Amino acid sequence: MLETGLIIRALMRNKIGALLIALQIALTMTIIVNAIFMIQDRQSQMLRSSGVDETNTFYLTNTIFGQDYNIQSALQTDLNTLRKTPGVVDAIQINAIPLSGGGWSSGVQTEAGEDKDGIGTAVYMVDDHAINTLGLELIAGENFKDTDIQWRKSGQSTWPDKVIVTKALALSLFPGDWQSALGKTVFISQNQTIQIIGILKQLQAPWNGWDGVERSMLVPFQMESKGSRLFIRTEPGKRDLLMPQIEKMLAESDKGRIIRSMRTMEETRERSYQRHNATNKILTTVVITLTIITGFGIVGLAIFSINRRTKQIGTRRALGATRWQIMRYFMVENMLISGVGIVIGCIGAVSLNMWLVKTFNLSPINIELILFGVIALLFVGQLAVLYPARKASLISPATATRTV
Amino acid sequence: MFTYYLRLAWISILRHWGLSLVMICAIGLGIGAAMTTITVNYLMSANPIPHKSEQLFYVQLDSWDVNEPFDEGVNPPDQLTYTDSTNLMKANKAFRQNVQAQAYGVIEPDDADLLPISVTARANSADFFAMFDVPFIYGSAWSEESDSDKEQVIVLSKKMNDQIFGGENSVGKTIKFDNNIFKVTGVIDHWQPKPRFYDITTGAFNESEDVFVPFSLIAEEKVRRSGNTNCWKPSGDGMAAFLAGECIWTQFWVELRSEQEKEDYMTFLNAYVEEQKQYGRFERPLNNRLSNVMQWLENQEVVADDARMMMAMSLMFLTVCLLNTIGLLLAKFLGKAPEIGLRQALGASKATLFSQYIIESACIGFAGGILGLGLSFLGLIGIENLYGEYMQGLATLDITMMTLAIVLALVCTVIAGLYPTWRACNISPAQQLKSQ
Repeated sequence: MLETGLIIRALMRNKIGALLIALQIALTMTIIVNAIFMIQDRQSQMLRSSGVDETNTFYLTNTIFGQDYNIQSALQTDLNTLRKTPGVVDAIQINAIPLSGGGWSSGVQTEAGEDKDGIGTAVYMVDDHAINTLGLELIAGENFKDTDIQWRKSGQSTWPDKVIVTKALALSLFPGDWQSALGKTVFISQNQTIQIIGILKQLQAPWNGWDGVERSMLVPFQMESKGSRLFIRTEPGKRDLLMPQIEKMLAESDKGRIIRSMRTMEETRERSYQRHNATNKILTTVVITLTIITGFGIVGLAIFSINRRTKQIGTRRALGATRWQIMRYFMVENMLISGVGIVIGCIGAVSLNMWLVKTFNLSPINIELILFGVIALLFVGQLAVLYPARKASLISPATATRTV
Repeated sequence: MFTYYLRLAWISILRHWGLSLVMICAIGLGIGAAMTTITVNYLMSANPIPHKSEQLFYVQLDSWDVNEPFDEGVNPPDQLTYTDSTNLMKANKAFRQNVQAQAYGVIEPDDADLLPISVTARANSADFFAMFDVPFIYGSAWSEESDSDKEQVIVLSKKMNDQIFGGENSVGKTIKFDNNIFKVTGVIDHWQPKPRFYDITTGAFNESEDVFVPFSLIAEEKVRRSGNTNCWKPSGDGMAAFLAGECIWTQFWVELRSEQEKEDYMTFLNAYVEEQKQYGRFERPLNNRLSNVMQWLENQEVVADDARMMMAMSLMFLTVCLLNTIGLLLAKFLGKAPEIGLRQALGASKATLFSQYIIESACIGFAGGILGLGLSFLGLIGIENLYGEYMQGLATLDITMMTLAIVLALVCTVIAGLYPTWRACNISPAQQLKSQ
């Protein structure tokens, strides 16, 4: 464009003003590109499925305090009553809840011995109703039989001889070929053998921030313990109706225990990702506010520079410049300033990302996002300068002949 | 003269009200965002027990697997085994010492109309209360003899005492906790250190416990423990085997009054580990650690990454707002060139002009600061709502923070105003007058 040289020369007369806008654009770009990146990162974590039928399930805690309490028969009575309740699909006792943040983990290894590396996995102690109650999908092998289920005393260190693992765990144990895991014998507690009899499509561990969140296994154990959880799945749409009924029924059927902390899986997900959600909302607010502030800053400075140059603009108009040419002048000027800002901004965005990667173990940013930032800020700049530029183009040529 | 400048500033702000509004809003938003995140960080990193944080030490011993070191060898395990903590307790080498674990249970009130209450508990030794300055309303801590004799004694929180005994002095009364009769020795006042430094492993910002019972009752199976348990070596079946096993689930604190005591204790710890090595334990190299309260909080990264990252972001946000203000002030002051030229011609010195325009900047900063303070109140309420329990009680502005907000706003705008003011003062009067 012919005027570019002219515009640059004009800009050089007010370097500081232009530099200030450029710096502002650079910082804005640095922040918003990284903020959007962090939002996307969290969003993708939140979108992962837990593998559980979250809409129709809930759980409660059963704390036993009565003396001479027969834990085994009480649990059987509870499960039988629950499974027979109309509207209930199935129910189990379980030691930990996916996404809840609290649970058990153990190391599983393909070779026995203290010095061999184990792979950490979440442990869910359940019976043969687990797959149906949690709503899991068995993609290979078979479910436990009711004869596989053993009672586990509290503090017991031996394990049953069968397990069902997730595909992710199978892949970690047998890299490259998860199907080969079926039927294999692996080791738990360094040298106890367990056989993989089934493989699940997915079941997340209780800890959403853990890098092994997809690794978990089902162990055929009923726990003979004074504190346990009952997990219940209802027919679609009946959960909310059944929850208070079941809580009341369990509490009244047995006075030697307390039924508490009843919670749906949906609520558990919400609580599990509450911090992710909160951070995302705050970051979104930052991105929007920052863009608006930068936009207004550009408008303010453009209006001032136009006011100062009223006479010159009038002169140009009197010498034959069209309205479009005046508008174009300011838009090109903004484009140049924004360009400088964006170049600095790209460097800034990458450096900030590098610092975030180093300090907070974030993953490196992708180039698409930087490109998006470039386009977005150019657009914001042009949009912000539109009103002042239009105002400038409306300056009458007669202004040139008047003194201020 | 000051009031005159204030009046001039007021006129000038009103004349360019749009521009002034943009500046005030920008500073307000910047200060609001910065103060919100600074407050959260400030409260997260607060010293929960300032007068003796330098004398309380958390003990770490590296009893972990020689093949797979804990935390890849960066830090020793974050808790101790039962064997080690009871040995250290018996050795009694520190001024005060406390072994503890998280526990839970059910209290059955005598009053048949009241429902059983599920409570959180802390199993600790007698020194816990004196070490951490726990305030008592009634009675006192149990004695060291109660610990060693495994007496069934209990200290209630104010909340529990209100709930069970209607708030009256319950010292000497009994309570049924997990089917055993416990005697109340004391009731503590509301006590909620933030962060809850004495047990980071179960959540640095969780509520303090409902009741406190002797740690020695865990081995008697009269108190049920909870909290985190981490084992590297399989232990046998049953409680006795578990207690003797290589599982870490206890926390150990000591109070050491001087540098000398600390050195002596460290020597003792090293000697203890060397001795244990003879029994085939502690196969890793010597890696014992004594961390005081603030070192321990820092080591456990109590200030959440989220909070630190947000603070970094908001400070950059504030910088953008200030750049914005510099640009706008520059435009505004340069726009007043004719007026400045006229005043200079009439005898106003550069110093006079300088103070006038700095005062105008400060006025904008002050207004921005007030707006920012309001916004940070809103921001903190928002954070509390968004984060829920996790940030409960962390989102409050105290006087220090409020003053900081205003001072930060003033200092920032005055600094932002320096360059534009300097430029304004250097306008040559002759040129301006000529063109009028």
